[in-house]
Amino acid sequence: MKSDKKLIDENGKRLDGRGPDQLRNIKIEAGVLHRADGSCYLEWGGNKVLAAVYGPREAIPRHTQNPLKAVVKARYNMAAFSVDDRKRPGPDRRSQEISKVTSEALEKIVLTDQFPRAAIEVNIEVLDAEAGTRCAGLTAAGVALADAGIPMKDIPVACAAGKIGAEEKDGKFTGGFVVLDLGKEEDNFGNADLPIAISPRTNEIILLQMDGHLTFDEFEHALDLAVKGCQEISKLQKDALLRKYKSDVEVE
Amino acid sequence: MTISPVIKQEHLYKLAEQGKRADGREFNQYRPISIEPGIISKAEGSARVRIGNTQVIAGIKMDLGDPYPDTPNSGVITTAAELIPLASPDFESGPPDQQTIELARVVDRGIRESEVIDLAKLCIIPGEKIWIIFIDIHIIDYDGNLFDAASLAALAALFNAKVPVSQPRLKSGFDRLIEKFPEAEKYVKEHPEDFPLPMRDPPISCTYVKFNNAIVVDPSIDEQEIAEARITVATDIDGDIRAMQKGLLGSFTVDEIKKIIKDSVINGSELRNKLKESVGK
Repeated sequence: MKSDKKLIDENGKRLDGRGPDQLRNIKIEAGVLHRADGSCYLEWGGNKVLAAVYGPREAIPRHTQNPLKAVVKARYNMAAFSVDDRKRPGPDRRSQEISKVTSEALEKIVLTDQFPRAAIEVNIEVLDAEAGTRCAGLTAAGVALADAGIPMKDIPVACAAGKIGAEEKDGKFTGGFVVLDLGKEEDNFGNADLPIAISPRTNEIILLQMDGHLTFDEFEHALDLAVKGCQEISKLQKDALLRKYKSDVEVE
Repeated sequence: MTISPVIKQEHLYKLAEQGKRADGREFNQYRPISIEPGIISKAEGSARVRIGNTQVIAGIKMDLGDPYPDTPNSGVITTAAELIPLASPDFESGPPDQQTIELARVVDRGIRESEVIDLAKLCIIPGEKIWIIFIDIHIIDYDGNLFDAASLAALAALFNAKVPVSQPRLKSGFDRLIEKFPEAEKYVKEHPEDFPLPMRDPPISCTYVKFNNAIVVDPSIDEQEIAEARITVATDIDGDIRAMQKGLLGSFTVDEIKKIIKDSVINGSELRNKLKESVGK
């Protein structure tokens, strides 16, 4: 698809006025639901997501239990009203794939061997969608897991980088900018998208997907940007948890 | 029931005998209610409703659709609820179960049968094209009384909604329609901008449960779990009854039902004022 709009100008200024290495506005709130063991509400640009954690509790059905460690079951779901054309309720192939890669990313971080046969359920609900919901969902899940007191090696965090503004000539793409955190038009009409999730203490990559077209150099640049974005968001996650719990630990 | 069901039941029974409830409310008193319209930018209309700790989000999407053969000149409403596992350790993902379907249908009836939306005004070409309204209700935190929270959220979202005539995503649909039915052009000309849904004064649902011969409004999750019988009554601005639904295994006497209806009119009028105030009508 081609856009008639220019996604980025010569000075690296993007459609929404951001520079190439600038994130959209992010707002994180921990512990927003009463019933869940841990929860998080997160706004990221036009995205609004909720994450809720239940567990550790007995994994049901039984055959999903692992006798040596807990399983992490993430479920990514989009509300019917979260997108332009109403989405039919229930899981589709896209949301099942996102649920799977998110579960795998989180399972790497959670100290699962402390809870044999248990399930830790992470429910991610996208209420308003505008590019980058899987990163927003995983980032919210990280805060919700911490809010639930689940032992983890780290608080997982996700962010995407991508490439926009390349011109097609004789079937080859030239030019273009590697930028952080694609917005809506950039995601629809851009050249590449690279969402990652990391463990921010060690920069280990726990989720990586990519679609589009990147040279090796561009990939290196994009990965570098995305890791830096993750580090920035990691601070916001910790701020949100501190805001929730600071008063609780202030003993006279 | 969550923890120690028998102890909890005995506790609530004993309180009820003294005319008390576990959270200190009167029998005929709601928990604090908040209504926030317009919280979802992608939706045509939306609202978040909190009743105590219960939290519900309703979103409205609209599209061009075909009318039902028996109502060729009327818009169509579709209501769906999702009791997503985010909201409670007892909710499971998967296709809607009986509880979810009952909830969606009771909310749907409260809106459809009460004619709170003037569906005749949502006809584009008689017999051919109408507006279809999707009401999607997401339960995100469950602490009892989903019926009232879901109804209130659906109504607030409808009052908040704008018919998306001018939205780019519907342009190709309208273009195809005009090609087939030139008179559709008149409709588009007459509606150059998104406009609010044609709404009337809404009936308001009030839910009561009965246990140990006490009848309480707006049941919390614990009260709901020990309830013998449940009833939802929707009354309109004139104090007339517009929809009812009795649930669970227990029964009500005729006098109890009459008292519940009278109380519903009073509670309903308070909720209606709150709703109208929050959506600015």
